[in-house]
Amino acid sequence: MANDKPNQPQDESRRRFLKYSGTALGGVVLGGVIGGLVGSNLNKTTEEETPAPAAKQPAADAKDYNQALMFFNQDQFLTAEAAAERLFPKDDLGPGAKELGVAFFIDHQMASAFGTNSRDYMQPPYYKAEATQGYQLVFKRRELIALGLDAMNKYSTAKYKKLFVEIAPEEQDAVLTAFETDKTEIKDVPASNFFAMFLNLTLEGAYADPLYGGNRNMAGWKMRNFPGNQMSYTEYIEKEEFVKLEPLSLHDHLELG
Amino acid sequence: MATKLPKVPVVIVGMGWVGGIIAAELTKAGISVVGLERGKSRDTQDYYHVHDELRYASRYELMQDLSKETVSFRNTMKMRALPMRTYGSFLLGEGLGGAGVHWNGQYYRFLPYDFEIRSKTVERYGKKKIPENMTIRDWGITYDELEPYFVKYEQMAGISGEKEVPSNIGKMSTPFATAPMKKSPGMKLFEDAAKKLGYHPYVIPSANLTEVYKNPDGIERAPCQYCGYCERFGCEYGAKADPVVTVLPVAKQTGKLDLRMHSNVTQIIHDGKKATGVTYVHTPTGEEYTQPADVVILAGYLFTNVRLLLLSKLGRPYDPETDTGAVGRNYAYQVNGASTSAFYEDREFNLAMGAGALGSSIDDFNGDNFDHTDLKFLHGANIRFTQTGLRPIQYQPVPAGTPKWGAEFKKASVHNSNRVLSVTGQGASMPNRYHFLDLDPEYKDAFGMPLIRMTFDFEDQDRELVKFIAQKTKDIADQMGATKTEVHDSIKQYNIVPYQSTHNTGGTIMGSDPKTSVVNNYLQMWDAENVFICGASNFPHNSGYNPTATVGALAYRTAEGIQKYLDKGGSLV
Ligand SMILES: Cc1cc2nc3c(=O)[nH]c(=O)nc-3n(C[C@H](O)[C@H](O)[C@H](O)COP(=O)(O)OP(=O)(O)OC[C@H]3O[C@@H](n4cnc5c(N)ncnc54)[C@H](O)[C@@H]3O)c2cc1C
Ligand code: SF4
Repeated sequence: MANDKPNQPQDESRRRFLKYSGTALGGVVLGGVIGGLVGSNLNKTTEEETPAPAAKQPAADAKDYNQALMFFNQDQFLTAEAAAERLFPKDDLGPGAKELGVAFFIDHQMASAFGTNSRDYMQPPYYKAEATQGYQLVFKRRELIALGLDAMNKYSTAKYKKLFVEIAPEEQDAVLTAFETDKTEIKDVPASNFFAMFLNLTLEGAYADPLYGGNRNMAGWKMRNFPGNQMSYTEYIEKEEFVKLEPLSLHDHLELG
Repeated sequence: MATKLPKVPVVIVGMGWVGGIIAAELTKAGISVVGLERGKSRDTQDYYHVHDELRYASRYELMQDLSKETVSFRNTMKMRALPMRTYGSFLLGEGLGGAGVHWNGQYYRFLPYDFEIRSKTVERYGKKKIPENMTIRDWGITYDELEPYFVKYEQMAGISGEKEVPSNIGKMSTPFATAPMKKSPGMKLFEDAAKKLGYHPYVIPSANLTEVYKNPDGIERAPCQYCGYCERFGCEYGAKADPVVTVLPVAKQTGKLDLRMHSNVTQIIHDGKKATGVTYVHTPTGEEYTQPADVVILAGYLFTNVRLLLLSKLGRPYDPETDTGAVGRNYAYQVNGASTSAFYEDREFNLAMGAGALGSSIDDFNGDNFDHTDLKFLHGANIRFTQTGLRPIQYQPVPAGTPKWGAEFKKASVHNSNRVLSVTGQGASMPNRYHFLDLDPEYKDAFGMPLIRMTFDFEDQDRELVKFIAQKTKDIADQMGATKTEVHDSIKQYNIVPYQSTHNTGGTIMGSDPKTSVVNNYLQMWDAENVFICGASNFPHNSGYNPTATVGALAYRTAEGIQKYLDKGGSLV
């Protein structure tokens, strides 16, 4: 038992992992600027491999074959993109939801186990709930989001004779507010539930690891000076000054076969 | 028909901290143990890609699959309980190591006062101080009796902390195993402010290792990297003490632990006086087994501990109407909600960096460390500043009055992302006659068995506590050199939607009265001498602290009790 060291990294992949992270076996941090060290180590090891999509990114408008729809139809996608942009607009601090790829993120999430509530308790019966009891609707997330987006178009067509994407930004805000506050008079979609879920998804899309389709080029993180996922901050944790690090994503930690 | 397996000395339900500690102690003593865990196995290498806020923090990758089993909830007995369909208020552990894998590692021994709360309250303020329906009671064990078991946990886990702890918390016979965590600028500001006000700050004792540490079992682990992905995540360094990297390897090494994953226990088999074993379903195949055993240990967290007793009709169910019975009694929680945010226009902090247990705290307003004569509540809160690693999805700091979306929201949330320090209170939760656990009359789990039902609300006690503690957090924050501070000082009803803490307590409480408690001070069941139940379900109330230090100490105590019982049999008290 005395020799049992379950956490000493023993296997090869663990060794490599720790090398990337600038951490020697036993957990002693080597070099100074960890972000830089991780980057350079990685570049060395991945030299002959296909460069990371995040690293190539020559221009935001270059074709990205990973961007296509898994769940939404075309209208729903465009509506989601326009709505998310109003919730999280581009400004002088940085990109908004559209540029960050938030609508793709939401589409992919709706196609995932999360969209079908596969790890939620969905058994009947369903009753009207007190606010303290949480979500008690029969709708699966993907149903609520798709029907909600359709309903936004229905509402804007009734009110402005145009689709949601075609109305002015202030009008879009008015539609969103009507949904947020349950003033739509649309019967078959619980508007405020839809809105709350959509807002949440928008923020997730702005800030989740880029692997999920949003937070394109880690621009959401850069805006907040969030360093993404570094392996160690031992060097910095006591520092009085603010430390800016080039963010790293999960892709940067992946060992490609 | 269930397949009947050969009899074993000991079977444990649930392999989290409690199951792991008991398995290690018993197998080291040469006793064979079967460990039944309904989740999957996991290991440090499962966390090499764990720095993923969406997957682990927002989608609860490591937590119990609620589609199979959840908890139903109502605020009062007049309401219809409805199932917690998705996560919110608390997060349930599942899989090897249980919630011990994705905890923070903040480590607080409960106060000496906690264990004798009733006597000490009556002694200092008289009986009338205890409001009607507040069912506080002594635990049937004192701090001094439990002290050696805290030490065992600390040495095993490598708990870090200051050499000298303030005199207003329990005395330690042995200092912490490792040096305290490093101090971030926010911690220094908090400590300086608290000292200026005459309080007694200390670095939070931590299960995030601070140095290479070899424990008495020969397990050696690497130190914490302050990586900021700790709470809700597994540790890729094995630096966070978790059962998988501490007690379970020791148990496995003995060759005496038969660990069975994907094994969901559905019943305790008994004859009314003693248990004879348990029934479980191997979930991938759906096959049912009975495992006969001399001793049955419930270590499945309080919802399972209470639920299995009720489903198996073992022990006397609690009835709030008549105030009789014991199983399900004294459900309590944690009273958060008192806090002050300090905004800094002139500087930014490295708030993405941090560790689950990084922070400083004071106990000057915890327990009975201050005079309650003129106050309308009992107990208090640990007041703290923590730096656990703030991640951008779940952390959107905006001043009060900021819209929830749109240009202004974006501007404020981005601008403030590294500019806010929060001083918070972690309030104690007093039990109430009408807060309890029983079986839901309507909702079922994936096997068709009733869910556990929680009836719980915040009372005046809690609202008064929050108001008082909030002012203290403000006093401290106001001394921290911020541009402005914002206090949050009110709570309403208990709401199961926002995350608060996974510090659920009670239901199988310990005590010295067999009529109103479920287990004695060896965590041995009064009504079935070969059943031991351990976890926060043993707490008659919850302190102003995180629970696991006290859970860990009780687990060591249980392990000792089981060995005594296997030697001699009979009631241990
Ligand atoms: C996000 C988070 C942060 C936390 N931070 C802290 C902290 O900083 N400090 C602190 O003191 N505490 C903290 N806690 C609480 C701490 O994690 C728990 O107190 C502790 O892990 C409880 O250990 P346990 O063994 O009693 O239960 P668990 O860890 O929940 O283990 C119970 C196990 O039993 C299994 N099980 C349940 N039912 C069955 C069944 N019927 N059949 C078979 N197996 C079953 C479960 O799958 C689980 O693995 C935190 C909790 C969470 C969720
Ligand atoms: S903060 Fe420390 S203990 Fe927590 S996961 Fe990161 S390295 Fe491990």
